[in-house]
Amino acid sequence: MMKPLSIHNLSVSFGAVQVLHEVSLEVAAGECFGLVGESGSGKSTILRCASMLNDSWSGTVEIDGRNVREMPVRDRCRTLQMVFQDPYGSLHPRHSIRSALEEGLRVNGIGDRAERMAQAMRDVGLPVDFLDRYPHQLSGGQRQRVAIARALILEPDLLFLDEPTSALDVSVQAEVLNLLVRLQKEKGFTYLMVSHDLAVVDHMCDRFAIMQHGHIVEILSREAITQGTATQPYSRELIGASLEYERAV
Amino acid sequence: MDPILDVQNLSIRYGGAPKPAVRDVSFTLGHERLGIVGESGSGKSTVGRAIMRLLDTATITADRMQFEDVDLLAATEAQMLKIRGKRMSMILQDPKFSLNPIQRCGHQISEAYRTHMKCSKAEAKARAIEMLEQVHIRDPERVYDLYPHEVSGGMGQRVMIAMMLLTSPDLVIADEPTSALDVTVRLQVLQILDGLVRDKGIGLIMISHDLNLVRAFCDRVLIMYAGRLVETLDAKDLDNARHPYTRGLLAAQPRIGGSRAPLPVLEREASWVNPQEAV
Ligand SMILES: Nc1ncnc2c1ncn2[C@@H]1O[C@H](COP(=O)(O)OP(=O)(O)OP(=O)(O)O)[C@@H](O)[C@H]1O
Ligand SMILES: Nc1ncnc2c1ncn2[C@@H]1O[C@H](COP(=O)(O)OP(=O)(O)OP(=O)(O)O)[C@@H](O)[C@H]1O
Ligand SMILES: [Mg+2]
Ligand SMILES: [Mg+2]
Repeated sequence: MMKPLSIHNLSVSFGAVQVLHEVSLEVAAGECFGLVGESGSGKSTILRCASMLNDSWSGTVEIDGRNVREMPVRDRCRTLQMVFQDPYGSLHPRHSIRSALEEGLRVNGIGDRAERMAQAMRDVGLPVDFLDRYPHQLSGGQRQRVAIARALILEPDLLFLDEPTSALDVSVQAEVLNLLVRLQKEKGFTYLMVSHDLAVVDHMCDRFAIMQHGHIVEILSREAITQGTATQPYSRELIGASLEYERAV
Repeated sequence: MDPILDVQNLSIRYGGAPKPAVRDVSFTLGHERLGIVGESGSGKSTVGRAIMRLLDTATITADRMQFEDVDLLAATEAQMLKIRGKRMSMILQDPKFSLNPIQRCGHQISEAYRTHMKCSKAEAKARAIEMLEQVHIRDPERVYDLYPHEVSGGMGQRVMIAMMLLTSPDLVIADEPTSALDVTVRLQVLQILDGLVRDKGIGLIMISHDLNLVRAFCDRVLIMYAGRLVETLDAKDLDNARHPYTRGLLAAQPRIGGSRAPLPVLEREASWVNPQEAV
C-alpha cells in the first residue's frame, strides 16, 4: 500500500552543536523525493532520525499518519527500510551475506527465504553464490548492492536511500535505478533519496529539497534544474555548479 | 622522464578464489593524472591495494612492479612501512571504516604525520587543523575532536585527503575520493589534487565511477572490465571510446534534462574481456 511521509519541525543537536534546524518536508505516497546539498549539512541525519536509529530529536515524523515514535519496532521495519551511505558499516563483518539477508526475513516471519534471497541478488546484479561471501570479500559497489538487496527483500512501503548508487559504475547504477523505478510503479514504494548527482535526482525525483548548514534552503520541483527557477542563492549556486560539472569539470 | 610507477602484467588472486581478480594489467604512470574506470568488482581497488602492498592474503605476480627506485615485488614489509603513507599514499574507498573507530579523527591525522615527521604534538595538531581547513571542512576544530562515526560521509573522505596532504607523497592512489562530496566542494578538492600534480609533480591515480570527472580532470583513462584492462584512452577522447563496455557505460549515464525512459543497460558478452585493439 502506498504511504506518505511527513516530517515536521525536526531539530537535532549533538552536544552544544545544533545540526538540524526545524526541518519540515512532505513526501506524497508513491513519490520519490530527493535530498541534496552541502556535505555535512544534515542529510543523513534526517534519515537516521526519521527512521529512529537516532531518537534524540524534537519534532514529529509520521508515516501514513502514524507517529514513528509510537510504531512497534517490527511494524516500523516492515514499513520502512534504509540503505546506508556506508554499506561497510551497516553489514556485520563476521556475518555472511546470506545471514545478513536472512535475518530480516526470519524476524518478520517471511517464508520462501531461499527463493527470495536468490531473486534479491539477481535484482541487484550479483551472482547468487555471493550469498556465501563475507563483506570484506566484496568490492565497494558489491557491498552497496547487498545493502540495497537487504532493504528491498522486506518489501517495505517506504525506503530511505542514502547515496544508493554513488559507489556503482554507471551501468550498474542504471540497473539499480531502473529497478527502483519499476518497484515504485509495481508496488507503490515511496522513496526519500539523498544524492549529490543532480542528473540522478532529475531522473528519479519529482521534487527535492536543497540543504545547507542544517536548514532546508528551498524545496523545488525537478523542472527547476533545467528551467533555472530556484530563488535562493545557495540553490542557484549548487544547480549552476552541477550543470557546469556535467559539461566539464 | 622516468615513470613514477611501472606495472607490467600484474595478476592478483585472492586466497581461496577460483580465478584471479586481476589479470595481466600493465600501465605506467608519469607526473600525470591517470583515471581508472570500470565495472563494479572489476579489480580497480585490488590493483591499488596491490601497489600499496596491502594484500596479505592474495597471490600477486607481475613481470615488473617498480615505484621510483623501489622494486615493489621484492621490498620487505619493513621497507614498505617507511614508504607507505610517506612516499606513496592511498585514499581508501570506505574512508570512515578505514579510520580507527575508537580514536578521534584529528588525532589520527596528527599521529599519521608524527610517524613520518619529527615534531611536537601541538605542532602536529596545528598542522592537522590547517589541513582540515584546506579541504574546506567547516569548523575544523570541532571536527578534529569527532570520532569517525560522528562525521558525515563527505567529511570522512576529506579527513583521509587531509591525512594524505600532510605527508606530501610522490604517488597518490585515490579510490573514489570525492564520491560523497557535493559538486561545489568536490571541485575545490579536485583543485587541491590538481595542484599536487602541477606544482609538486606527483603521480595521481584516480579510481572513479564519475565519467564527467574523469573526462575533464584526468590526462589518461584506463578502462577495466572483469579483471582486465580493456581500453586505454586520452581522457579527452573518452566519448570516442571503442570498447563495447566503455560505450555501454557512456550510454548508461543519466543526464540532467534527459528523458525518464529506463536507462540503457548492458548486455554483457563473454568476448568483452578482450582488450580493444588500438587502431
Ligand atoms: N553522532 C554525532 N556526534 C556529533 N556530530 C554528529 C554526529 N552525527 C552527525 N554529526 C554532525 O552532524 C552534521 C551533519 O552530518 P550528516 O552526516 O547528516 O551530513 P550529510 O549531509 O549526510 O553529509 P554528507 O553529504 O557528507 O554525507 C555534521 O557536521 C556531523 O559532524
Ligand atoms: N578478500 C577478498 N577475497 C575474495 N575475493 C575478493 C576479496 N576482495 C575482493 N574480492 C573480489 O575481487 C573482485 C575485485 O574487487 P575490487 O574491490 O578490486 O573491485 P573494484 O573494481 O574496486 O569494484 P568497486 O567499483 O565495486 O569498488 C570482486 O569480484 C570482489 O568480489
Ligand atoms: Mg551523508
Ligand atoms: Mg573498489
